[in-house]
Amino acid sequence: MTEHTVILRNVSKVYHQNTLAVQALTDINLDIPKKELACLSGPSGSGKSTLLNLIGGLDKPTSGEITVDGQRVDLLGKAELAALRLHKIGFVFQAYNLIPVLTARENIEFVMQLQGISAAERRARAMDILKEVDLTGLEDRRPGELSGGQQQRVAVARAIVSEPSLVLADEPTANLDSKTAQALMELLVHMNQEHNVTFLFSTHDRLVMDFSRRLIKLHDGRIVDDQRRT
Amino acid sequence: MPFDAGSPPLVVTLAWRNLWRHARRTLMILFAFALGVWSMVVIAAISRGSMEQQLDKAILTLTGHIQLHAPGYRDDPAIEYRLAPPDALLRAALAGREVSAWASRVRVPAVIASERESAGVTLVGIDPAGERGLSFIPAAVTAGRYLESPDDQGLVLGRKLAERLETGLGRRVVLMSQDVNNQLGDRGFRVVGLFDTQPRQAEEAYVFIGRATAQQMLKLNDAVTEIAVMIRDRDRPEATLDRLRAAAPGLDIEPWTVIEPLLVLTQKITDVILIIWYAIVFAAMSFGLINTLLMAVFERTREFGLFQALGMPPRHILGQVLVESLILLLLALLLGNLAAWATIASLKGGIDLSAVAEGMELVGIAPVIYPAWAPADMLAANALVFVLGIAASLYPAWRAARHVPVEAITRV
Ligand SMILES: Nc1ncnc2c1ncn2[C@@H]1O[C@H](COP(=O)(O)OP(=O)(O)OP(=O)(O)O)[C@@H](O)[C@H]1O
Ligand SMILES: [Mg+2]
Repeated sequence: MTEHTVILRNVSKVYHQNTLAVQALTDINLDIPKKELACLSGPSGSGKSTLLNLIGGLDKPTSGEITVDGQRVDLLGKAELAALRLHKIGFVFQAYNLIPVLTARENIEFVMQLQGISAAERRARAMDILKEVDLTGLEDRRPGELSGGQQQRVAVARAIVSEPSLVLADEPTANLDSKTAQALMELLVHMNQEHNVTFLFSTHDRLVMDFSRRLIKLHDGRIVDDQRRT
Repeated sequence: MPFDAGSPPLVVTLAWRNLWRHARRTLMILFAFALGVWSMVVIAAISRGSMEQQLDKAILTLTGHIQLHAPGYRDDPAIEYRLAPPDALLRAALAGREVSAWASRVRVPAVIASERESAGVTLVGIDPAGERGLSFIPAAVTAGRYLESPDDQGLVLGRKLAERLETGLGRRVVLMSQDVNNQLGDRGFRVVGLFDTQPRQAEEAYVFIGRATAQQMLKLNDAVTEIAVMIRDRDRPEATLDRLRAAAPGLDIEPWTVIEPLLVLTQKITDVILIIWYAIVFAAMSFGLINTLLMAVFERTREFGLFQALGMPPRHILGQVLVESLILLLLALLLGNLAAWATIASLKGGIDLSAVAEGMELVGIAPVIYPAWAPADMLAANALVFVLGIAASLYPAWRAARHVPVEAITRV
């Protein structure tokens, strides 16, 4: 195992829209060590989402190498990618993170169930993590019966619960008010410390940047700044 | 409904709940399918019942399951082609367990005359007791009496013919027919019984007298023109045929399917009509099913993308959509079959078509139709809906399991 959770080498991504080619990422090199809490920032269209999707294997780079937890994501097939995501990567999107027909607890158990964890253990772990994200008592509500902030907390709980190597969060606070966003970030920082998980998220939000220990700035698909914060 | 140890697998839970997300849409397609299944099963029962009735009626109308003749009789049913009464060997074969009834008959063309009218008929000389379980006549006499013995001197004719001849019970009529010496023989009879039967044409076609009386009138001695046989399984005459042919190699021995090819055609037409009906109903249903499932899949593109991001294997996603349509199909089959069963049970007393029966009779349909459960038809309808229903779901399921573009998941 590497001491880096994510390694990107000369990664480029070009989208082809009809005859138009959009250079979304150009020659990205990036190492993210274990337990990092890093933040991607940059103006709209700078390539933050594209980068997260490539790392998570939801899309393929046009060129370059991407390694997550020792596996070459760019070389994996569909089924292997599904397995990698299932066991190593947790996702938190901006919204619509939850399966509408399942309750909060079932959403959290969903990934564990796919992993084949026994019902009793699933349930115990789901209840523990729900307590950690302060949602005890709401476990039987469906997403439609939860506020935006509560839904995001359920999404974080689900991303964390099976202790993946990496959690990718694309603008997790974009739909939240600042108070709720603050609480969610505190939760993420807490999770990062308590669980052995590397975090990489993207944001426009100053508040989110302030919580991160490393700030990577993107502009027009290139890394223009990368600094550690104290 | 939490999903715990004893609870259904994930895909089933998801499929079940997704079905009820659009309860109205689901119920509509469910009822449409149930209605389709209902119509398949009920129509099958009615047309099968009507066909079976028609067939049994035709067989009882002097056809039987197997007939034995002298060679040539079937081409020219005349008295020259007569046969000796069954010998010991043939009698032994006719005593077989699979034979439920048999009798020999004299059947020749004849003219019947009353004091006012005359008509061309088929004269049938019968063993009154032997006809029980073999033909309609023992049970069809509704006025006067049935014949009592082969040498009964009376005559039984159809009510309709009696009206036409302007004769009736107790009156005298004259029968004329060619005897074995090609002489026109005639004989007077007293009408002792009148019969009613379906189809009405049979009431005008047949005139019954005792077999011995007929033999005497036609100078046949003990010869007859046919032996009719009823067996236990209408559709499996082969073994009996083999046995009879071995016992009487000189005779022309054929099953009802050869004697009345039109009846076989009726059976085949029923099958074809049912197949066409099934195809039409199913085409309409599958269109609705594919449409509903595709709609459900398109609406949930983001969810399928989410499943993908969470690492759900594509085959699970495919499975989820298939299970959805599987549940829908099973519910529809259950509902459709139950409704069909209830309908058929409520029609047990028969569907009375007598108001329009005069017309129907001409095409051979009985005035009262008794629907018949045909397990094979029911199974065919169910299997068709099930197998083709799953097949129709494959495309929507594949659409769902296919790679979902990332924008579908990440764009708000
Ligand atoms: N599927 C796509 N097809 C074509 N072009 C795309 C596609 N996805 C992204 N792009 C383009 O790639 C570039 C990077 O987009 P990306 O979504 O990664 O930016 P972003 O930094 O996440 O922006 P935002 O802050 O608005 O979310 C943009 O120019 C965008 O228009
Ligand atoms: Mg973005």
